[in-house]
Amino acid sequence: MICEKCYKYFLDLIGDSSRVLYADAIIEEYSHDELGGTYSKPELVVKAVSAEEISAVCKFAYEHDIPVTARGSGTGLVGACVPVCGGIIIDTTLMNHFLELDEENLTVTVEPGVLLMELSKYVEEHDLFYPPDPGEKTATIGGNISTNAGGMRAVKYGVTRDYVRELEVVLPDGRIVTFGGKIVKNSSGYDLKDLIIGSEGTLAIITKATLKLLPLPKKTISLLIPFPDISTAIKTVPAIIKAKCIPTAIEFMQKEVIEDAESYLGSKFPDSSADAYLLLKFDGQSTKEIEGYYEGAAQICLERGAKDIFISDTAERDETIWKARGAFLEAIKNSTSDMDEVDVVVPRSNVSEMVEFSHKLQEKVGARIKCFGHAGDGNLHIYVLKDDLTEEQWKEKLSDAMDEMYAKAKSLAGEVSGEHGIGFAKKEYLNRSLDPVAIELMRGIKKVFDPKNLLNPGKIF
Amino acid sequence: MNIIVCIKQVPDTNKVEVDPITGVLKRNGVESKMNPYDLYAIETALRIKEEKGGTVTVITMGPPQAEAVIRESYSLGADAGMLLTDRAFAGADVLATSKAISGGIDLIGDYDLIICGKQSTDGDTAQVGPEISEWLKLPSVTNVTAVHEITDTTITVTRELPEATEKLMLTFPCLISVEKDICIPRLPSYLKKQATKDREIRFVTLKDLRDNSPEGYGLNGSPTQVQRIFPPSVNDDREMWKGDGSEMSEKIAAKLKELKFI
Repeated sequence: MICEKCYKYFLDLIGDSSRVLYADAIIEEYSHDELGGTYSKPELVVKAVSAEEISAVCKFAYEHDIPVTARGSGTGLVGACVPVCGGIIIDTTLMNHFLELDEENLTVTVEPGVLLMELSKYVEEHDLFYPPDPGEKTATIGGNISTNAGGMRAVKYGVTRDYVRELEVVLPDGRIVTFGGKIVKNSSGYDLKDLIIGSEGTLAIITKATLKLLPLPKKTISLLIPFPDISTAIKTVPAIIKAKCIPTAIEFMQKEVIEDAESYLGSKFPDSSADAYLLLKFDGQSTKEIEGYYEGAAQICLERGAKDIFISDTAERDETIWKARGAFLEAIKNSTSDMDEVDVVVPRSNVSEMVEFSHKLQEKVGARIKCFGHAGDGNLHIYVLKDDLTEEQWKEKLSDAMDEMYAKAKSLAGEVSGEHGIGFAKKEYLNRSLDPVAIELMRGIKKVFDPKNLLNPGKIF
Repeated sequence: MNIIVCIKQVPDTNKVEVDPITGVLKRNGVESKMNPYDLYAIETALRIKEEKGGTVTVITMGPPQAEAVIRESYSLGADAGMLLTDRAFAGADVLATSKAISGGIDLIGDYDLIICGKQSTDGDTAQVGPEISEWLKLPSVTNVTAVHEITDTTITVTRELPEATEKLMLTFPCLISVEKDICIPRLPSYLKKQATKDREIRFVTLKDLRDNSPEGYGLNGSPTQVQRIFPPSVNDDREMWKGDGSEMSEKIAAKLKELKFI
């Protein structure tokens, strides 16, 4: 328990009562993340504004055996930022400054609380491009790095990990240390920066990040491709990849999810002629260049049963499609009473089998299951919906559905999470999925960084 | 039912830069696109055609490369297209533009309905549509937000005015300008694009028009004098408020009233 005396200590340390919340002053949001399945109230919240403040908080907490959990916007889906062992939450959202744009090294240095949408806007104003593009644009970059978020451009550009050059972090005992640098190559010892990326705040707290940028592609064109059914659509994806035409994104979507998005957004999707769609996005310097890229993909789709190919070549057209795509998660959430998600990733050649499996599973477990995702990188977002089920029925059916899906993903050579992370909610499934030796090594790494197990305890394994 | 849709090619950017010395828009390196408002006009026409049969013909004025917006109309489902292109048409204001387009429409002949988008994103005047109807002596209705019943001789539409909503019946031939969001425009079809890639586009120059004396066209026929072009000022004022739900809701309501949004 954090006592009044400790609270006073933090109040003195921070010197701003609006940034130190205690007991009843802590708003409910700090007890859960976006999905809300994991719930636990912190005892104290510090809204930090500098690495030095975070360092001082961690140092005190370390000396007094108080758990500390870092939190960004709280848009996670697996409870990674929920303080399951109580203690202190360090909220980094006030650390939202752009520190440097280095156009000679093509990097941007930011504080961890900068939002993804702010980051992309800022760099694009300078004709530069931060490629990772997770759907949740109000997530912080610190959160994105902590989960190694992927997003919709992973097919061509990779994931967050591929764009982190340098991290300044605070270790659990309060030491501030920098890993990596503004360097393109690095063979200098173990890559500790890469260990921090995706560690979900269990090894250190990110206080500054230098990110790699690319020149901004001048033009993008999306192709919305209607198919008679989802199976035909997804089976086309490996052929597109094999043709080496490299779209930035290959998404799949079904009519029912599109309809949910339409009613959620109150605006219509530009086509309703098909049960299933692939959505391909290409980028380049001009329309002509991009037309050259997509010609091959278009032919493949038509040969494999596409009904037509719709071309979205302007910002207005893109908006009608991608706004709907971006709203899928919220729209599905809006269509039911409660839900839980699976974020499995399988080899791209197995996506079709995984999707079909989750469809058939609806009948078997007796719950609605909706699915959309990144067909191009094998990362599927599958949602099990509670609807009218009682709490008891829901728990049982959810557990059955999860067991089945994770087992299937494993049998298809997949992994538990493509981009949302393990957090608290998926621990059991990671344990089942990974080689025990790998888990043992992870525990060892955690111990080196955090021998007292105080930083975001109870997560991942 | 023969429908003519007026379209325009505009710069594909919302950040057109103005040369601070000459005051001229910098169009170099900026790609072009169909005026987004015209997509609603084309969609309205295609939906009427799908219901009633007939043809959709698009007409535009511009340099030869404006052919691209006619090709795009073909990939949306338009049947024919006319491009008015001539040095003599260059520098036209709304009056000279509407005169030239009316001349083109006169050449197409045999039409029931002309549909325009609300306005263009580069000129923003919203006047070319009504002025075409003046040249052609047709009834016209702007701000159309819905198309209702269509008979062999009439069309019934809704128009939204600032203080009133009107339901109006017009007799063919007539002209309507449709609002954004009257419908969601379809996307260009790759199959239609392939199928129409050799389809003819009718190129029209000044000498082809019935009234072909150069005085009425282009810069010569434009009473509008542009004195200065300058970028609009950008307002990114922000206010941050803190407070609980009821305080904030009152504050927001008061602010919206002050700004006359409600």
